[in-house]
Amino acid sequence: MWESFGFEFVNFYFIPGLVLGCIYALGAIGITLTFGILRFANFAHGELMMMGAYLTWTIMAIATAVLGIAVHPLLAAIPASIVVIYLFFWTDKFFYKPFRKADTIKVVMASFGMMLILRSAVQVIWGPNQLTFVPGIAKPNPSLLGWSSDIGAMLLIPNKHLFIFAGTILFVVVLSYILNRTRIGKAMRAVSDSPDLAHVTGIDVDQVIRATWIVGGVCAIAAGVFLAMDIQMLETTMGFRMLLPMFAAAILGGIGKPYGAVVGGLVIGLSEELSAYPWIGDAPLLSPGYKTGVAFAIMVVMLIVRPQGLFKGRSF
Amino acid sequence: MEAYLGYFLYFLSLATVGGIYAIFALGLNVQWGFAGLFNVGIVGFAAVGAYTYALLTTAESTFHYGGLDLPLPVGMFVAMVASAVIAGVIGLICIRLRSDYLAIATIGIAEIIKLILKNETEVTNGPRGINKIPRAWEHFSEERFYSSWPMSWFNTPDGWAVFFDALPNWWWQPCFAATVLFCMYVIYRMLERARISPWGRMMTAIRENEPAARASGKNVTARRVEAFVIGAAIMGFAGALFAQHLRLIEPTNTFDPAKVTFLVWVMLILGGSGNNRGAMLGAFLIWTIWSASELMISGIIDLAGYVFQTFDTGLLATRAGFLRMMLIGILMQVVLQKYPAGILPEVRPASPRSNK
Repeated sequence: MWESFGFEFVNFYFIPGLVLGCIYALGAIGITLTFGILRFANFAHGELMMMGAYLTWTIMAIATAVLGIAVHPLLAAIPASIVVIYLFFWTDKFFYKPFRKADTIKVVMASFGMMLILRSAVQVIWGPNQLTFVPGIAKPNPSLLGWSSDIGAMLLIPNKHLFIFAGTILFVVVLSYILNRTRIGKAMRAVSDSPDLAHVTGIDVDQVIRATWIVGGVCAIAAGVFLAMDIQMLETTMGFRMLLPMFAAAILGGIGKPYGAVVGGLVIGLSEELSAYPWIGDAPLLSPGYKTGVAFAIMVVMLIVRPQGLFKGRSF
Repeated sequence: MEAYLGYFLYFLSLATVGGIYAIFALGLNVQWGFAGLFNVGIVGFAAVGAYTYALLTTAESTFHYGGLDLPLPVGMFVAMVASAVIAGVIGLICIRLRSDYLAIATIGIAEIIKLILKNETEVTNGPRGINKIPRAWEHFSEERFYSSWPMSWFNTPDGWAVFFDALPNWWWQPCFAATVLFCMYVIYRMLERARISPWGRMMTAIRENEPAARASGKNVTARRVEAFVIGAAIMGFAGALFAQHLRLIEPTNTFDPAKVTFLVWVMLILGGSGNNRGAMLGAFLIWTIWSASELMISGIIDLAGYVFQTFDTGLLATRAGFLRMMLIGILMQVVLQKYPAGILPEVRPASPRSNK
C-alpha cells in the first residue's frame, strides 16, 4: 500500500499541498481581518507580503556583506516585519483613511491602486528579475527520514517545510491567544461583529484598526517569507499570484473568521496540489497548469452555494 | 518633409491607441460610471475579444486552431458576443453580492482566462501567441484578401498587387486611425443616448439609492447584469481592435493587468466617471502622457549616458518603465482623493418634466 500509493501521494502531493495551505492560511488571516474589521477587500495584501519577503532578502544580503554571516530568513524577517508594519500603517493613513467615511468601494479602488504602486516600487528598487532567496537544493530532513523508514514509511520532508509547519502552528496558537484572551483581541472581534455597537460601548476603533494591521501584517510577512523559503526565490509577481487563492480561502472560511481563513487556506492549498494527482488512471486529474484555477472554482462555488462561508462569516 | 511625416505618423499612432483605450474607458464607464460595478478584470474581456477575433480572422495556420479566415467584421462581432457571454455568467453569479465580491471575481476570471490562453496550446499556441492578425485596411494588401471576393471583382490579383505597391507603405495608417475613431464616436453616441434615456436614468437611480429604486419596482439585479454585459461587450470590441493594432498577441505581456486594467481605470477616474466625454478625454490624455513620458525618459537616460560615460544605462532603462507605472498609480490616488469627480464631472440628464 505505502510502496505503491502512499509514498508518492504523501511526499509529492500531500506535503506540498499542506505547505501551500499554510502559506495561504497565514495570508488569508490578514485579508479576512481587514475585510471583517475595516470592511473592504484589500487588494494590496499580496504585494505587502511580497515586500516583506524582499526586505527580508535585503537584510540577509546586508548581513552577509557587512558581518559576513548567513542569517536565517526567519531571523531576518523580524526587522523586515517592523518596516512592513509601518508600511501598512502608512498606506492606511495616506490612502485608506481618507475614505473611511465614504463609500467602501472607494477604499477597494485605493487598495487596487496601491497594489500596482507597491509592485512598481519593488520593480524599481529591486529590479524585475528573479532573485535567489536561499541557494542550494533542499535535502529531506535525515532524522525524520530515518525515523519514518523504521516504521515502514518514507517521509521526504526538507527542513524548510518543517519550519513552515512549525511557524504556522505557532502563529495560529498566538493568534487564538490574542483573539480570545487579550483585551485588544476581544475588541477586534467585537468591531468585526458590529462596529457601531463596539463604538458605543467605548472601544477605541482606531486602536483596533492599528492592531488589525499589526496582526494581519505579521501574518502576511510570515506568509511571504515562507513562500520565498518554499520556492527559494523572489519574483515580483509572487504577491499577485497569491492574492486570488487567499481571497478564495477567506471567502471559503467566512469573512471575518480567522480560524475559517486557516481552514480555508489549508483546503485551498491541498485541493490545488491534489487536483494534479492521478486519481483516475495515470494522467493527472487536472493539468498542473490549471492549479490556480482550482482556488477560483472553489470560490465561485462558495459564492453561489454559501456566500457566508463554511463558518458563518459575514456576507455582504 | 520627411520629418513632418514622422510627426504625422506618431500623431496617428497616438490617435489610434488613444481611441482604442477610449473605447475601453467607455465600456468601463457603462459598468462603473453608470451602474457602479467595480470591474477589475478588463484585461480578461480584452483578451477574450482579441483572441476570438484573432482565431476567426487569421489565415489557416498549423500553430493554433483555425484561422477560420472569416471577414473582419464577423470577427469583431463574435468577439463582442464572446465577451458578453462570459460577463453574463459572472454577472449572474456575483452581482447580487456586494461590489467587493465582484471585484474579486472579475480579477479572478481575468487570471483564469489568461491561464486558459496559456495552457490550451492546441487552440491558442500558448505563450508563443498568435501573429499575422489582419489589421483593418492594411489587410487589403494581403494576397488572401485581394485575390478573393469582393476585391477580386474590381481588379485582378496582379492589378491589386501593382496598385498597393504604388502606395506609400503607411497608407493604411490614416484609414485605420479614422476607423478606430469612428467606432469610438458611434459607441459614444449610442452610450450618450442610453445615458439620457429612461434606462440610463434608472441606472443612476440604482447606483445612488438601491433600496429606493427597488421600492419603485425596478429590477435592480437584471439592470446591473445588463450594464455589466454591455460594458464587457464594448471591452471585447476594443480588445479586437487592440489585436488588430498589435498584430501579434500572447497571453502574458500583451494582456498585463497593469497596462490594460489599471491604465483604463486611471483614464476613467481622471476623465470623470459617469461622463462619456470625460472617459474619452481621460483616455487620450493618459495615453499621451504615457507614451510621451516613454520618449522623455529614454531621452533623459541617453543624456545621462552621454554625460556620465561609465553610467549603466541598461539598468535604468529596464526600471524606468516601472517608475512610470508608479507615478501613474500615485496620480490615480491623488485624483481619487482630491478630485473624485474627475476633469469632466458627471452631468445628470434633466428629467423631461423639469425642462418645461
